[in-house]
Amino acid sequence: MKPQPLALKILNVVSAALFLAALAMVFFYAPLEETMNYVQKIFYFHIANAWIGMLGFLVAAVAGVSYLRTHDQKWDIVELAAVEISLVFFLITIITGSIWAHPVWNTWWTWDPRLTTASILEMIYIAYLLLRQGIEDPDRRARFGAVYTLVGALSVPITFLSIRIVSRTIHPVIIGTASGAAKGSFNMTPLMLHTMFFCLFAFSVIFATLLWHRIRLGELAQKIEQLKLKVLQ
Amino acid sequence: MKSEKLHITRHSSLVSFLRAVAAITWKDLAAELRSRELLSSMLVFALLVILIFNFALELDVKTRSTVTAGVLWVTFAFAGTLGLNRSMAVEKDRGCLDGLLLAPVDRSAIYFGKAISNLAFMFIVEAIVLPVYSVLYNANLFNPGLIGVILLGSVGYVAVGTLLASMAVQTRTRDVLLPILLFPVVVPVMIAAVKASSGFLQGIGYAEITPWINQLIVYDVVFIAVAFMVFDYVVEE
Repeated sequence: MKPQPLALKILNVVSAALFLAALAMVFFYAPLEETMNYVQKIFYFHIANAWIGMLGFLVAAVAGVSYLRTHDQKWDIVELAAVEISLVFFLITIITGSIWAHPVWNTWWTWDPRLTTASILEMIYIAYLLLRQGIEDPDRRARFGAVYTLVGALSVPITFLSIRIVSRTIHPVIIGTASGAAKGSFNMTPLMLHTMFFCLFAFSVIFATLLWHRIRLGELAQKIEQLKLKVLQ
Repeated sequence: MKSEKLHITRHSSLVSFLRAVAAITWKDLAAELRSRELLSSMLVFALLVILIFNFALELDVKTRSTVTAGVLWVTFAFAGTLGLNRSMAVEKDRGCLDGLLLAPVDRSAIYFGKAISNLAFMFIVEAIVLPVYSVLYNANLFNPGLIGVILLGSVGYVAVGTLLASMAVQTRTRDVLLPILLFPVVVPVMIAAVKASSGFLQGIGYAEITPWINQLIVYDVVFIAVAFMVFDYVVEE
């Protein structure tokens, strides 16, 4: 296997440093929230995780369409990498959200649009991985994966909208509204805003690093698959 | 002159496309008319689901009015997967799909042919389940609004289902895979269909039902278009 390129090595170090800096900012730079105290601190990483999940979802959809247009196996590797990363980060988002919701909403879970959509998205990702597992031919696996990513990418926004019509959300909408303090919303002070944007930035860099690593792994897996086929023949 | 010629060729290609769709649909219906294996299994299964719901939910008069729409749609969805799986598995098992693909027609004609026959099976099952449910639970389900919702919802369900079923039958785990692939992406249809159906059954004003009807139409249009565009990739060899 080729050694890691210099840029990736630098990214490794930068991501680790940014992660630690983000953690430090959450605990020492951002002020304590009035009513929720320390519980609110999870918000910064919760938002950042959800952001990475969304980013992965978008990258997967774009890679899926690109694969169908070009039939280039490279896009299939990108798509799988993005789906796996998004799956993990949305799972973390759901878990951190539950940890926060337990003291604030007094329940671990509620069928709110965002929570429900996130869990359905996880189901789609798991179905996607099961679909890939059941296909041996790499070309067909890539085609079916891309088609399913596309179908998922179109249905998830409709799901979100439809659940939004059913139930008025209790999930706080932090950005752009001042109402809803009873549901766990709060107004952010500038220091909080700095922390949030820094976390988003740090996690974006981490996402890029992870994606790169996962793509390298995918290329390696592809090479192994080709070697196996050669041996079998 | 030239544009007229173009118009004629385009017209004739549309006619031949529709003829191919009709031929595939007709083939499925004729085969089903002789064997009756798909419809009978879907029907028996649907009735069993209703039976199980009866005991699981204790469908007495009070709960019935609120859960009828949900029970109906779960029944349709379960029976629908059974039918979709079977209708594509038959093609795959006997090598019929390869034969169909060799035919000199546009591949999307195969998709529409299969989708229309699947839709026909689903309508037949629904047309039998609805009166049976009405009789068993003494509920009047002959509501034009409800029937419209069932038509729209079934179209969306079958549009995605036919596409995903033709993927699922080509995998190793085919029998179990279809519901896992299908259910998370038809959630919007289920939500909108259940809400609109129970709206009509409980006589809620039309203004409150309109968003759900619109959503069903949007879903139908979007997913018929997507399936039309990507079906080629699913059956490509």
